[in-house]
Amino acid sequence: MARMKFLCDAERCIECNGCVTACKNEHEVPWGVNRRRVVTLNDGLPGEKSISVACMHCSDAPCMAVCPVDCFYKTSEGVVLHDKDLCIGCGYCFYACPFGAPQFPQDGAFGLRGKMDKCTFCAGGPEADHSNAEFKKYGRNRLAEGKLPACAEMCSTKALLGGDSDVIADIYRNRVLKRGKGSEVWGWGTAYGKPEKGAAPPAGAKS
Amino acid sequence: MRGFLIGGAVALSLILAGCGEKQPVTVYKQGQYQGKPDQQPWDSAAFKGDRAGWEKAIKARNDGQNEYTRVVSN
Repeated sequence: MARMKFLCDAERCIECNGCVTACKNEHEVPWGVNRRRVVTLNDGLPGEKSISVACMHCSDAPCMAVCPVDCFYKTSEGVVLHDKDLCIGCGYCFYACPFGAPQFPQDGAFGLRGKMDKCTFCAGGPEADHSNAEFKKYGRNRLAEGKLPACAEMCSTKALLGGDSDVIADIYRNRVLKRGKGSEVWGWGTAYGKPEKGAAPPAGAKS
Repeated sequence: MRGFLIGGAVALSLILAGCGEKQPVTVYKQGQYQGKPDQQPWDSAAFKGDRAGWEKAIKARNDGQNEYTRVVSN
């Protein structure tokens, strides 16, 4: 079974924000909510680096650990999703997330914080696939159409890769070998460094 | 003498009560998902439960991200 991951190649990202636009357009994300965004380090200086950031669908997701109503779940493809019907908008997941992925719409009266919204890896949510309820709450379900996330597929320089971890890691490895530099994958260790929750430890591993 | 013994026993029990204190370390237990169950992506109308077909489609999309295999070198 595929283990879905994101990988952003900082050597290739040109800060075009195509991924952000693709996400916004695909899911009709409301104003003020940014499921994906591009962060630039040392902006304007020689050697600046840009990276596209969203929910990384961590192996041992901290948002799942801190949620007081246990509204998070992980699909068989390793995508971290949540049930908006249960979310109380407490914001714990936002504080726990190392990537700042959880977003909270503030369109209610007095800046009321709404239910959490985040990247779904274009996998919808726990409503019937391709239903109006799923689209309204979580956006389009591209995975159920046999497609990968719109942000990665839209990326013009293929800096953002999304999909089966083995395949995208191979693509990246080949790329680094060909160009001979830029092997650092930002956020990869933070998101996927820990073993899967509940997975059996490797043979001979010490606790 | 008897009062002294009772007092001593009470004091000893209070002192030893401290030894039975539990460690103030919270042991985290993973919660269980409380929401609605989700469908598998291959159970959608597009694939109708054809898991192999879905995996093939995803693999084709995965491989499509590798421009080294898309560009034919001369």
